[in-house]
Formats: sequence, C-alpha cells, structure tokens
Amino acid sequence: MLRDTRRTRVVLGVLLLVSFLLITLDLRGGEKSPVSAARGAALAVFSPIERGASAIVRPVTGAIRSGWPGSRNELTELRRENAELRRELRTTENQRHRAQQLDALLRIINLGHYRTIPAQVIAFGNAQGFSWTVTIDAGAQDGIEPDMTVINGDGLIGRVTTVAPAAATVLLAIDPTSSVGARLAGSAELGIATGQGSQPIKLQLLNGQADVQPGDQLVTFGSDGQRPFVPGVPLGEVASVARTPGALTRSALITPYVNFTALDLVGVVVPPVRKDPRDALLPAKAPIQPEQRS
Amino acid sequence: MPARKIAVCASLITAALIAQLTVLPRLRLPGSTPDVILLVVMGLAVAYGSTTGMVAGFSAGLATDLLPPADHAVGRLAFVLCVVGYLTGLLRDELRKSAPVSMGIVVGMTVVGMLLSAGLGALLGDLTLSLTALTRLILVAVCYQVLLSPFFIPAVLKLVQLTEPRDLLSEVAR
Repeated sequence: MLRDTRRTRVVLGVLLLVSFLLITLDLRGGEKSPVSAARGAALAVFSPIERGASAIVRPVTGAIRSGWPGSRNELTELRRENAELRRELRTTENQRHRAQQLDALLRIINLGHYRTIPAQVIAFGNAQGFSWTVTIDAGAQDGIEPDMTVINGDGLIGRVTTVAPAAATVLLAIDPTSSVGARLAGSAELGIATGQGSQPIKLQLLNGQADVQPGDQLVTFGSDGQRPFVPGVPLGEVASVARTPGALTRSALITPYVNFTALDLVGVVVPPVRKDPRDALLPAKAPIQPEQRS
Repeated sequence: MPARKIAVCASLITAALIAQLTVLPRLRLPGSTPDVILLVVMGLAVAYGSTTGMVAGFSAGLATDLLPPADHAVGRLAFVLCVVGYLTGLLRDELRKSAPVSMGIVVGMTVVGMLLSAGLGALLGDLTLSLTALTRLILVAVCYQVLLSPFFIPAVLKLVQLTEPRDLLSEVAR
C-alpha cells in the first residue's frame, strides 16, 4: 500500500531542486563559490571529530587484526598474565610498524631532498561516492597549500585539494579524476597515469612505439612549477601492456607501490624540489627468474 | 517536526557519518565498505515515513557531500539519498511485512542509489569509472547491505521506538 500526499511530493520536489541548485553552484563557482567555502568550513569543524574517532579506532582495529585472545573472562592468574604480555607485545608490534613506515618515508625524503610536512590519515572517502580521497590531520597552519604532492615511504599517494586550518583533503592517485604525468624509469618515455578506483591504474604512453615491458618502473614526471606533482616520486610497476595495433598511444596497467587501503603516515612535499632525483627513489627491482623469461 | 524527532535523526546520522568515514575504512573489509548512512536513512524512513525519510536523506547526503574527504560535486549524494528516503518511506509497510520482500527492497534501494549516484556523476563529468568497476562496486555493496540490513534497520526502529513510544504506536494503529 503506497501512501503519498501532495505535501510529500512538494517537499520532494523542493529538496531535489535544491540539490540540483547546489550541484550547479559547485560546478560553476570553482574555488570562490559559497559551496567551496562551506566545504572548507565542514573540513574545519569535522576534522577534530574525525581525528578523535581515528585515534580511538586505530589501536583497536590493530588489536583485532593481530588476534584478540578469546577467553579473557576465565580469570586464572596465568591467563591474565599471558594476555597482559601479549598486549604489551602487540603495542610494541604497533610501534615497530609505525617506525617502519617512518623509516621508509625518511629514506625517500632524504634521497629526494624533499622538504615534507608529516601527517596522519584520519578519514577515508566513501567508496559508494565513487571517489577515492582521504583526510589528513595537517592543514594551512602547518603550511599545507592546495596542489601539493602527498607521498609515503612506498611512493606517490596523491595531491592536496581542499585545505582547512588543521586538516586537508587528499585526492588519491587511484581516483578516476586523478591524472599524473609519469615517466618510465631509465628512459624518457612519458605517459599519463589515470586512476580507475579499486582497479589498477591505467597508463597511456604518448609514444605508440615505446618499448615497455611488464615490470618496468614508473616515477612522476613532475608538473609545471612542481604543482601538483614534484618529479621523481615512485608510482608503480607495469603489470601488463595492452597491444592495440594502430592506436596512437600505447596503454598499460600499473600496480601502484602504495597500498591505498592501508594508508597511515604520509608526508606532504613542500615545493620547490631543488633537483629532480630521477630514478633514485625507486625500490630495488626483484631479479627476474630465468624460467619467467623463457 | 517535533524537536525530539529532529534530535533522534541528527544524532543517528552523525553517528553513521563518523562510523562511515573513520571507523569502517580502518577495518579493511574486502571489496568496499558497507554504506551505513544509506541504512540509517532507510531505517528513519521506515520509522517516520517518506517526508521525514527524504528530509533525513537530504541532510545526510548533504553532510556526506560537504564533509571531508568528499571531493565530488556538492548535492549529488543529497539528491540520491533524498530519493532513497522518499521511496523507502513509500514502501515502509511492505518493508515490515516479510523478510524476503524487505530484502528485495533493500537490494533495490542500494542498486537505485548507486546507479543514480553514478548516473549523476557521469552526467556532471565527475565520474569516469568503467562499467566493470561500477558493476563490481554495486555487487559488493548489495552483499554488505543484505548482510547488515536485517540487524541495522530493526535496530534503528527500536531506537526510535525507545525515544517516542506513544507517537509510533499511534502511527502504527493509524
């Protein structure tokens, strides 16, 4: 049985109209639209909440993943002590993991002579919104500006879009609207790497005759004025090459170095980078087994 | 709308937003993250009817559009969730009848919601996702929604019932 009244329909019509109006305002207005101001305000207001929730959840999920002891209510002295020791061990494990992330980030920063602002990912975009974005806990107060490159110890994460006083939004390199200029390591072949969401990044090489093989490594080419991307950041490895005879460009699928579902510590690179590090930041390539070649 | 109703809706939506943006992604569930916001909007629409359902959907959607780290055109999810709230409110009596029918409605709403969102995104040039990726996302979302809705929607109803027992009884009797 459907219940519907005139009033309900009027309200529905008004709300849908308002949504369309907002969409139009947002798309037309660009950086200075009132919608953009509202977004900045929402970022400023909500980021402390996100930070708090994230600080609470992070250790808990860490504990769940490493296996919480099941029988805590059987309170023999030994079991309690055992659980105590395990928890301590896990804490150390957690800290070791963070230290590893920091080490990797430091390595890249040192090799590339990058100046970076450290930050922590505090919220992830909604996959149902078909956008791949995260919030970090550093903002304008820390010197972050729109269109800065965001990296972690493994490579490129994305670029900064909206900035609030104490938080910023990062568009991930796997977002379908994200395009990164990429260069094949060891050669001067250039291409454009476009995100495809949860699927591998797509690379379109400008040279249709480019010699590209699975396993080839990619770094960012660097944008004009180093915004939004600084040069030399590791991007990923070629997973497969599409053979389309007659096409003007050659396309390939890229496995990114960064695990985009497990982002934690990141660094925001402050341009300018004095010297293009070329291929220095790439991880050592695994030697190709002879049987794979044949 | 009575103040109590607004308070219930607002607090439920806020809780869902926090869970959606900070708690659920950290669990690293396979495929995607379940859409708790959609479930809360559906629950509110079942509890209060289509008018409240669509207002709640609009507000929840607008909040998701504006809150970090959202980056798509503001108003897209507001539109989508408003429609979902309205339709769920219309079908509220069916949703309470039997489990298979309500499952069907949940699946339908999830698919309608995601297709609307994808369609709007494509129309606005916001979204350039391939069809296979889209289908996969929708399938994963449907699975999560089917798994969660039998617990979630009754939980929202129960909460609403706790806050205003008399109003709801009179509504059911009507």
